[in-house]
Amino acid sequence: MIAQNVAFGILAAAMVVAALGVVRTNNVVHAALYLVVVLAGGAAQFILLGQEFVAWVQVLVYIGAVIVLFLFGIMLTRAPMHPDESLDNDLKWPAAVTALFLAGVLGSLLIDAFHRTKIDIRQPIRTAAVTNAVFRTYIIPFEVVGVLLLAALVGAVVLARKD
Amino acid sequence: MLLNQFLLLGAFLFATGVYGVMARRNSVLVLMSVELMLAAVNINLVAFAAYQNNVAGQVFALFVLTIAAAEVGVGLAIVLLIYRNLRSSDLDDVDVLKG
Repeated sequence: MIAQNVAFGILAAAMVVAALGVVRTNNVVHAALYLVVVLAGGAAQFILLGQEFVAWVQVLVYIGAVIVLFLFGIMLTRAPMHPDESLDNDLKWPAAVTALFLAGVLGSLLIDAFHRTKIDIRQPIRTAAVTNAVFRTYIIPFEVVGVLLLAALVGAVVLARKD
Repeated sequence: MLLNQFLLLGAFLFATGVYGVMARRNSVLVLMSVELMLAAVNINLVAFAAYQNNVAGQVFALFVLTIAAAEVGVGLAIVLLIYRNLRSSDLDDVDVLKG
């Protein structure tokens, strides 16, 4: 239990620092690399919670595909690489106030609602259980998501091609 | 482990993503902040799945991952289109509808 809490603390600290890096850095490529740290930390938290399958899917889909897509987007749009040029607009302070307000509301609600709820992990969830749920209980949402991915694929090709 | 430590981490990441969406000017960085928010939601779903000892949360997290991948694909295509038309990926330049 103590080892799990120590691991959570280290991962959470890394994720918090990296998340602030994503929204504060002045280099677009650094922001993408900070996002890798946040997502990898999230995958590690999933393993800590005994939910192995979604952790590896997160590594494959997010870190493997989405970040590469972001890096392609950065290169294709020739995003500014100079650290002196600001990437923020003039809404910085209203945005900070909104985010702090949101964090305060969510945090106080969560502390009020779940302040002594404990997670008791007896054993990790097996991949077979997840796939059983996907292909039995959630088969229709699964098919719908497949159609949605196809639509997104065709849409992205139609939008991005030169004609 | 407390349930709250995961939920509070998720809340912090979500608030950071909201700040990024509002304060960033570069369109790729706005999309990255949206990804941050989706990752925060995933942490919440998986924490509740572990708390309830139920696979449904994990399945929902998988669906969120899929939607996030589709969203990034279409989003980056739109960003590319904006860049091709306006020669800029700066969202402050996309003000054609402003009267």
